[in-house]
Amino acid sequence: MTNRILFILMLIAGLTAPFFAYPVFVMDLLCFALFACAFNLLLGYAGLLSFGHAAFFGGAAYITGYVTKEWGFSPLLGILAGTGFTLILGGVFGFLAIRRQGIYFAMVTLALAQIIYFLALQLPFTGGENGLQGIPRGELFGFIDLNNSLTMYYFVFAIFLIGFGIIHRTIHSPFGEVLQAIRENEARALSLGYDVDHFKLLAFVISATVAGLAGATKAIIFQFAALTNAHWQTSGEVILMTLVGGLGTVFGPVIGAITVGALSHELSAFGSWVQVILGTIFVVCVMVFRRGIVGEIQRLVNRKQN
Amino acid sequence: MSIQVILAQALLGLNVGVFYAMLSLGLAVIFGLLNIINFAHGAMYMLGAFIALIGYSFLEQWFGVSVQIGFWASLVLVPLLVGLLGVLIERILLRRLYDLDHIYGLLLTFGITLILQGLFSNYFNVSGTPYPGQPESLSGVVNLGFMYFPTYRLFAIVLSLVVCFATWFFIEHTKLGSRLRAGVENPNLTQAFGLNVPLMITLTFAFGAGLAGLAGVLAAPIYSVSPLMGADLIIVVFAVVVIGGMGSIMGAILSGLALGLIEGLTKVFYPPAASTVIFFLMVLVLLFRPAGLFGKEK
Repeated sequence: MTNRILFILMLIAGLTAPFFAYPVFVMDLLCFALFACAFNLLLGYAGLLSFGHAAFFGGAAYITGYVTKEWGFSPLLGILAGTGFTLILGGVFGFLAIRRQGIYFAMVTLALAQIIYFLALQLPFTGGENGLQGIPRGELFGFIDLNNSLTMYYFVFAIFLIGFGIIHRTIHSPFGEVLQAIRENEARALSLGYDVDHFKLLAFVISATVAGLAGATKAIIFQFAALTNAHWQTSGEVILMTLVGGLGTVFGPVIGAITVGALSHELSAFGSWVQVILGTIFVVCVMVFRRGIVGEIQRLVNRKQN
Repeated sequence: MSIQVILAQALLGLNVGVFYAMLSLGLAVIFGLLNIINFAHGAMYMLGAFIALIGYSFLEQWFGVSVQIGFWASLVLVPLLVGLLGVLIERILLRRLYDLDHIYGLLLTFGITLILQGLFSNYFNVSGTPYPGQPESLSGVVNLGFMYFPTYRLFAIVLSLVVCFATWFFIEHTKLGSRLRAGVENPNLTQAFGLNVPLMITLTFAFGAGLAGLAGVLAAPIYSVSPLMGADLIIVVFAVVVIGGMGSIMGAILSGLALGLIEGLTKVFYPPAASTVIFFLMVLVLLFRPAGLFGKEK
């Protein structure tokens, strides 16, 4: 019930946002929000900490940028190509990473993501440290011009809703229930006859694909695939967003992405101090605020109801 | 390709390898007792290099004291200072997370990494500041018979190896070390026998941090000191740890050395792959020996 109200609120906020705020900034937040939702599926529901999700977010942007710029793909097809790439990449990384548990899983994903980072830095078509520039926005379905920022905004919002819907559907399916069972007690889930590795891998692939969808969309918005999006710091940022908003809650990652995104934006004048502040928030969240914003609100509401 | 070039690169690779070994050794020691991965290990390595740099070049400019802390003094002082920071982090922060999922320890130390890295990025150039304090006695080159090799690098290799093997000897062959191993095996039982396990944990974390600090001082004259030097290194060291497995001290040391060597040789035969070869080796190990080469999965 509360989720339905929250969803309607989010819908209204999303539809009206470009009239209150700079559309490109809101689009950026939406991409990060979707990215965080994808990440949350893995950490919040399956209990798997991936420290390499930037590989999907950043990697998809490069593929989308390349096929729209060099091969003349339409923006929609370009985004599908980028997302399809992360579907495969997620399968490969997931297959390797689920061979180790817990803290090793985090280290393996981080190291694998570093391969993508170095490829993005060194391959001939990626533009090295400057990133892949000059990606065309093009036209949707061949007749809707995406260079208009309001049109672009609603296109992005639609993509966000689709991605959000996929994650939401996954969480609230029997599959999602099994994931949570694995998170709570992997050995028990295994003894109940669930093929744990199979579930983990599928969760990883879904998460990677939606993260890729967010990154591919970002490339079209900014007409630019940035190297920083593939950097480990971006993997850290998405963890922070999810943590601040609330691990394992449906709307937490969205709230967290908006909070952290707005904060970084406001503080951007302070240069490297932003990193110090984000690091401090990280420490504070881990020490005393592990439920996150949405998690704390839920706890208060539940307490009142009892 | 001449054998000289290959040997030279192999030695340079070994030079990187001793840093990998020292850092993965520290990670392994900490992991054994605390069950957490210290993401801030790279930041502590960077911190070590920066304290040495500040002590040598910036004390007068920043604090108005006309003291210069030389390389030899840094070699002793810096690990103690970084170790002290380790004590504070463990006592004030990490200690409160032991009952939770171990990933919270990783996340906490990641936050600390961001703080340290951001702090130094404010005052120092990301592209690096050279450390001018390399002692006179270690400048120049030595004739190894088949080639000439920088004296300082040789010193760094030898000292790191001595420290690594001394640590191994201490843990595996002394009475104090046997108590430490008992703490790793069964903390509750060890405590019941009257050993102060929380103190052991604090000192172990401090020791690992100090080891990273020492590596930082040793690295300062070789690489330019940069806020990012630790972050770039620690991810490779993570891959080293996944390859070696954290079950054994000797395993951590040997895999660090071997992978540094392999990376150095890759620079000769196929330079573009030098920055990723360790990650690809990690993939192979995951495919064929998922627990790591020396691994006992915990």
